[in-house]
Amino acid sequence: MTYIFDSSLPGLLTAVFEWFERKPGKVVLKSVEMFQPEAFAESLTITTNTEKADRVWLGLQKKLKKEWLRKFYCSYLSEIPEAYNHLFQFTIYIFQNKMGAEANYGNDHVMALSKYARSVEREKHRMEAFIRFQHTADGIFYTGVDPDFNVLPLISNHFKNRYADQQWIIYDLKRKYGLHYNLTTVEEITIDFTNGVNSKNPEAILLDNKEELYAVLWKDYFKSANIVARKNTKLHVRHVPKRYWKYLTEKQVN
Amino acid sequence: MSFDRIREKLNILADAAKYDVSCSSSGGTRKNDGKGLGDSHSSGICHTYTEDGRCVSLLKILLTNHCIYDCLFCVSRKSNDVKRAAFTVDEVVELTMNFYRRNYIEGLFLSSGIFKNADFTMERLLLVCKKLRLEQNYNGYIHLKTIPGASDELIKEAGLYADRMSINLEMPTEAGLKLLAPEKSHEDVIKPLAFVQQNITQFAEDKKLIKHIPKFVPAGQSTQMVIGATPESDKDIMYTANAFYKNFSLKRVYYSGYVPISNDSRMPVLGTQPPLLRENRLYQTDWLMRFYGFKVQEILNDANPNLDVDIDPKLSWAIRNMQHFPVDVNKADYRMILRIPGIGVMSAQKIVQARKFGKLRIDQLKKIGVAYNRAKHFITCADSPIQLKDYQGTQIKAFILAESQSKYLKTDSNQMILF
Repeated sequence: MTYIFDSSLPGLLTAVFEWFERKPGKVVLKSVEMFQPEAFAESLTITTNTEKADRVWLGLQKKLKKEWLRKFYCSYLSEIPEAYNHLFQFTIYIFQNKMGAEANYGNDHVMALSKYARSVEREKHRMEAFIRFQHTADGIFYTGVDPDFNVLPLISNHFKNRYADQQWIIYDLKRKYGLHYNLTTVEEITIDFTNGVNSKNPEAILLDNKEELYAVLWKDYFKSANIVARKNTKLHVRHVPKRYWKYLTEKQVN
Repeated sequence: MSFDRIREKLNILADAAKYDVSCSSSGGTRKNDGKGLGDSHSSGICHTYTEDGRCVSLLKILLTNHCIYDCLFCVSRKSNDVKRAAFTVDEVVELTMNFYRRNYIEGLFLSSGIFKNADFTMERLLLVCKKLRLEQNYNGYIHLKTIPGASDELIKEAGLYADRMSINLEMPTEAGLKLLAPEKSHEDVIKPLAFVQQNITQFAEDKKLIKHIPKFVPAGQSTQMVIGATPESDKDIMYTANAFYKNFSLKRVYYSGYVPISNDSRMPVLGTQPPLLRENRLYQTDWLMRFYGFKVQEILNDANPNLDVDIDPKLSWAIRNMQHFPVDVNKADYRMILRIPGIGVMSAQKIVQARKFGKLRIDQLKKIGVAYNRAKHFITCADSPIQLKDYQGTQIKAFILAESQSKYLKTDSNQMILF
């Protein structure tokens, strides 16, 4: 039996609700994008229902500590197709067992969530580290990113607390939405990039006139801080994987 | 300010500061109250890594590389023929603020050569901190070097604005230091370290009674030793580190492999490779002391004054102490599980939690993250194969070395063993 859902979080939680309504035995959860009908397997399309979803979420809150609710949410943000099924099975497992069942690292779903959460948290941390703002002519600090996972919801608070006195935009180019901090709140925005603006690198004309200066100073600093006698390219690339170099000011050739 | 001049200054003063290895930005507790700039991330953030693989978290610069001392191991020593430069207080403040705003850095690491005298230097450093905190409303990280010999009042005031303070021991033993820097002694370091430590304790005591009390060096103190410039043994180095961890509650001791910068006959010649492997083994020992419950005497003692080069100190200890193994991971104490080669802190914690739900098997241990090929020689679990032969420590070492590749040894030392 396969359950098909719309890959939203309420959809996933509704699927759990429906399973407990029907108790159909072994079920695999798939998102509608990944579902391919099979000849002899039954399937059920889940209609997302916020009330049902809320009830499941409330139940989870009673069963799990904050740390695990976060792991659950992070795993969801990974957007990995198999993660959805693990989340589904994990939730059922948690409801069917006594408090504290999430500590059972011998369980496949517990281990899977723990791994997904780790990957997502790592990506979140990398965004906090590797994002480089460019000061634009209208005073906003801008950056465009394309993280492996949907981590913008996780980094919003970090940047809001840190850069409380400057307007900033972090734009997810892959998922086509961004965060804009307007000195009071963070709002979700979408930008239309079609009218000739290069999204990864706003044209120099749009930048503040001191931007270039600090970028050059930073590149200089990066070179000066290196000790040539200790060169270790393997370690360097392990810490800063090449796919992130496009963000990094210090990695751009003049 | 002229752009070219500021570029030149930054190049000179960043280059001179890079031999200080500490780049930690963790342990800060400053929060952005309202509309300032910056807050601290408790675990710190490495914003980039240099091509030698070291973390760049802070803007690490000297205020000046003019220095009245002539320490042989230091690039900025008086007698060395290098370009000299000095930042103004405002230049440092502006660089820090602008780098921070672009998310390049977590904060500032400010050190300095000693010009005129200790107090004069310390005053300038303090001025930078005060400008950042009071005028710019800056809450990011500040790591400040305590200048040995500066007055207590200045050091105490600096502690109110800095997150971390540090003074370098430079050489692991007094004898080593005397050899290369006759004007200095460990006593110069111990006095201010102890003074700052007393104040940290005092502020913590007062905090219990008074709710609103300013922070004092919230991220603690650290120090650094240069490794391989003088002929100390690993035991000398780690016993010194251990004593400083104990006596001054240091957050970190850093070990910096000496990079030859001088042709003096008392030191390794120019072009000698820095002792990277040795440095790595010392850090591993440091970690075993701080996170794995090992006493330094268990790892290094008169019988074993130096760490093994071919295997890590944890494996080395296990092989010397085979009477403790094999350990049953389903029963043993957490502290004993931590001592098994191939099991780290995270895996050990998971094992202790997971085994409440049933005896753990090999496949589960692998999924938990245990390096099973290494650990298998030291553990039993639910489905361990029956071991008919009792292997000697040396045999196990040979097994492990045969299937592992050291990242440091260019030639494989094991390939010739035939008999």
